[in-house]
Amino acid sequence: MTTNMPDLMSQTWQVHTETPPTPATSVRDALLHKFDIDELLNCMHCGFCLPTCPTYQQTGLETYSPRGRIALMKGVADEKLSIDIEFEKNMYACLGCRACETACPSGVAYGKLIETAREVIEDNKKCQGNPSFIRKLVLKNVFLHPKRVRTFGTALWITQALGLQKLANKTGFIHILPREIAEMQHVVDKVASPSKRKERRPILRSEKESILKIGFFKGCIMDEMFYETNQATARVLSKAGCDVVFVENQACCGALHAHSGEKSDATNLAKSNIEAFEKAHVDFVVNNAGGCGAALKDYHHWFANDPEWKERADSFVAKVRDANELLVELPPLSFHKPLNVRVTYQDSCHLAHGQGIRNQPRQLIRSIPGVELVEMSHPDSCCGSGGIYNITNFSMSMDILDDKMEDVQHTKARLIVTSNPGCLLQMKEGIIRAGLQGQMEAAHIMDLLDRAL
Amino acid sequence: MLTEDLRQQLISVVGQKWFLDSPNELHAYSYDATPLLQSIPDAVIIPSSVQEVSMILRMANEHRIPIIARGSGTNLAGGTVPVQGGIILNMNRFNQIYEIDEKNLTATLGPGVITADFHAAVEAIGLFYPPDPGSMRISTIGGNVAQGAGGMRGLKYGVTKDYVMGLEYVLPTGEVLRSGGKNVKDVAGYDLTRLMVGSEGTLGVITEITVKLLPFPATKRTLVVYCHDLYDAARIVEQIIAAKIIPATIEFLDQATMKVVDDFAKLGLPLDMASMLLIEQDGAEEQVMQDIEKIAKIAHHVGAAEVHMAATIEEGAKLLTARRSALSALSRLRPTTILEDATVPRARLAEMVQEIERVAHKYNLQICTFGHAGDGNLHPTCMADERDHEEIERVEQAFEEIFHASIRFGGTITGEHGVGMTKSKYLHLKVGEGGIELMERLKAAFDPNNILNPGKVFAKRDRHRIVVRQS
Repeated sequence: MTTNMPDLMSQTWQVHTETPPTPATSVRDALLHKFDIDELLNCMHCGFCLPTCPTYQQTGLETYSPRGRIALMKGVADEKLSIDIEFEKNMYACLGCRACETACPSGVAYGKLIETAREVIEDNKKCQGNPSFIRKLVLKNVFLHPKRVRTFGTALWITQALGLQKLANKTGFIHILPREIAEMQHVVDKVASPSKRKERRPILRSEKESILKIGFFKGCIMDEMFYETNQATARVLSKAGCDVVFVENQACCGALHAHSGEKSDATNLAKSNIEAFEKAHVDFVVNNAGGCGAALKDYHHWFANDPEWKERADSFVAKVRDANELLVELPPLSFHKPLNVRVTYQDSCHLAHGQGIRNQPRQLIRSIPGVELVEMSHPDSCCGSGGIYNITNFSMSMDILDDKMEDVQHTKARLIVTSNPGCLLQMKEGIIRAGLQGQMEAAHIMDLLDRAL
Repeated sequence: MLTEDLRQQLISVVGQKWFLDSPNELHAYSYDATPLLQSIPDAVIIPSSVQEVSMILRMANEHRIPIIARGSGTNLAGGTVPVQGGIILNMNRFNQIYEIDEKNLTATLGPGVITADFHAAVEAIGLFYPPDPGSMRISTIGGNVAQGAGGMRGLKYGVTKDYVMGLEYVLPTGEVLRSGGKNVKDVAGYDLTRLMVGSEGTLGVITEITVKLLPFPATKRTLVVYCHDLYDAARIVEQIIAAKIIPATIEFLDQATMKVVDDFAKLGLPLDMASMLLIEQDGAEEQVMQDIEKIAKIAHHVGAAEVHMAATIEEGAKLLTARRSALSALSRLRPTTILEDATVPRARLAEMVQEIERVAHKYNLQICTFGHAGDGNLHPTCMADERDHEEIERVEQAFEEIFHASIRFGGTITGEHGVGMTKSKYLHLKVGEGGIELMERLKAAFDPNNILNPGKVFAKRDRHRIVVRQS
C-alpha cells in the first residue's frame, strides 16, 4: 500500500489548497486557548536554536527550525494562520529531540509547546472526524493495548523464527505494513519467544545484600523488541544491590501519545502507571529508555489541572530514575570480563536534553575494563529516530541518520552504545545503510554492562 | 504581490524547490531577531549562484519588487524584516569556503557561511578571523558584512569592516561587480568595498567575500574582576588602556545581567557585586601573563572587590560563552526584551552607564546593561511586555534619551547592530541632515528604483506598507 499512503508520510509534501472547514468559533477558541501565549512570547527569535536543530541543519529552512515552528504556533494562536495540513506537516516535521531546549538561553519549554501544537491539530481533526492514518494505526491500535503490543512482538518473533523475513519482504509481508515500518523492521533483533517470556519471575533478588527495592518500568517497545535488554538491565541492577520488581499492570508510558497530540490517552496511561507502582511500594521507579523516562518524569505536568492526580504524580515523579542515573549512585559494579572494544556513545535526546543525563552513561562505559570511549563530534545531536518519526517522516529521518553515521565512522568505534530503544533501532538501521554489518554493532548500554559483569 | 507570470519566471530561475510562498513559509520569513517587528514577504527565494541572483534582481527591478537579502536572520535592528513586502533572498546556500590562502593570509567565501564554522575552518590551520558577533554560532558572514557586525574582540582586533578586503556583489540591474581583492594596499578609485560593508542590503546583494586573516594567537587568559560599584569598573577599563595595555576583550556586566547569566550558566557568580568585568588577553604566553598580572594590579589599585584569573583556557571560554548568552538570558525576565547598542568613546563609559541608570529610573523601566566596555559599546537592554502599549511607549522614549546622551558624549546611535528600521529616525543625530542627503544620493546611484531593502536606514522617504505587531 506504499503507493497510496497519505501525503503525511511523504517528504515532498503537497500543500492542499482547499481550506478545511472552519470549526465553530467557540470550538476554535477553545482550541487556540490551549496555546501558552506567555511561553510563546518567551521565544525572542534570537536563532540560537537553529544550529542545534537536526531538521534545520538538513533543510536550511526557517519552517524546519524551532524558532520558525514557534512563530507558526504564534501565527495560529493569533489567527493569522489556520490549523491546516501545512501547519500539521510543519509541526510533525519536528523530531521532538529538544536539543533546542539545551541551546535556548531564554529557557523556552519547546517540548511542551510542540506537544500542545500537536494536541491542537489532533483535536481540530477530531472536530472534523478525520484522524490521521499512521498515528491512528500505531498509537490507537497498538500502544494503547498491552495485549496488542504483545501480539505485535509475537508477530515479529514468528516472522523471524521461521526465517520468513526475507521471503516476506519479497512477497507479501511488506504489503501488510507500510513501507516505512517494513524498512525499519529488518533491524529488529531476534525477538524473545513467548515461552521464554513466561520464564520471567516477578522479582529478581539482589545478588548481594539488598540496598533498594526498585520497581522496573519495562516500557512497551523495550519489552517486546528488546526483552533481553530488559532482562540484562534487571541483572545489572540486581548485581548493584537492588531487588528488582517487575511491577504488574504497568502500561505504556504515554510519551508517543503526548508527543503526537493524544493528550487524553497519554494521561490515562499515566494514571495506570501511577496506580501500578503505588501498589508495589518501591523505593524507585527505574527505566532504561530515555524517551520513556523523560515522559515519566513529566507526569506531574500532565495533571496540572487535576489536584488529586497531580499530588500522586508528584510522588511518582520523585521516584523515577533512569538506570544510568541510579547506577552511578550505587556502589561501583565489579566487572569480570574485560571487553577490549572501542565504543562511541550516542546520547538519547530525551535522556540528554530531556533529563540532563549526559555524564552518567559515559562514566559507566568508562568504568568497564578494556572499553575505550571515543566521542563523536556531535554525540547529542539526534539520530533521526524521534519516537515514530522514522515511520512518519522516513526520508528526513534517513538523511539525518546518514549524517550521524558519518560522524560515527570518524570515531572508528566498533560499537555504538545508546540508551533508548528508538535510538538503538535507528543505529542498527544506520549500520546497515552505511554497509558496515559485521564491522560495527549497536548495543544498549545495559547490555554492554551485562556482558562485562 | 507577484503576478503569476513573474512568479513562474522566478521559479524557472531557481526551480520550484527553492521558491517558497505558502502561508507558513511566508510567515516564517516575516521576522528576524528584532522584537516587535513582523511583516509578511511575497516570496522567499533561495538562490545558489551569482547568475541566479543577477536574474532575480533584474526581474525584480523591472517589476519594482523589493529584494531583502538575508542570512540566518539574527540581526537586532529589523534589518531583514520585509517591511514593504517583496522577495526575501535567503543567501544560505552560498555556504562554501572557496579558498583559504595561507600565503596571502586571506580567505574567500560565500556570504552564507556560518561565522563560527568559518572560525573553526581557519583555526584548524592555525589562522584567526577575529570578528565574533554574539550570534556567531548561527549568523552568516554575509549578514556580518552587510550589518557591519562587531563582537567582543573589537578593542584589540577591530570589527568586521576591518577584515573585508574584497567583494563580489550584484546591482539591481543584474550587473555583477567586484571590488577590492587580496591586496593589502589598493587605492584604485573609491573604496567601494568599505561602502558596501554595513550598507544593510540597500546598495547591492553580496555574493562573495574576501577577508583578511591573522595568525592564531599562541595562548589566551581570562581575568574576572568584580566591583562594588559601576564606576570602579569603568575606571578600571580607563586605567588599563592608559597603561598602554590593549586586551583582546573587556566585557562589562551589571548586577542584574550577572544574575540572569548565572541563572542560565550556573557559574556561581558573587551576586552581591554591582558589576563585573571579563578581561581576556591573547598572544604569546609570556606577554599574556605579563599583561594579565599588570591588569590585575591595576584592578586592585583602582578598588576592585575581587580579582580572579580563570584557571584554564576552558574556564575562561566558559565565562565568555555565558556572557554571549546575556541578551537571551535577560529575556527570561519579561516577555519582550529590547536591546540597543549605543556606543561612546570609552573614556565616557562611566558617565554613559550613569546616564542609562538615570533614564531607566525616570521612565520607571528595568534596564540591564552589559556590553563591550573596552570599545565603549554598551548594550542597555530593557525588559518589558509588548502587550502593554503604554510601557512600550515609555521604552521608546527612554531609548530616545539614551541615543541623545550617547551623541552628547561624542558617541553614536549604533555601534554594531546597524540602523535598520529601529534606529532610522535617529540617524540624523549622528550623520546630520546633510549626511543623510548624501547617503540617499549614493543609494539612488546604486538602486534608483529603491528595490533593495526599502524602508531601512532612511526614515523619511519610504511609505511603510504594513508592520504587523506581534500580539
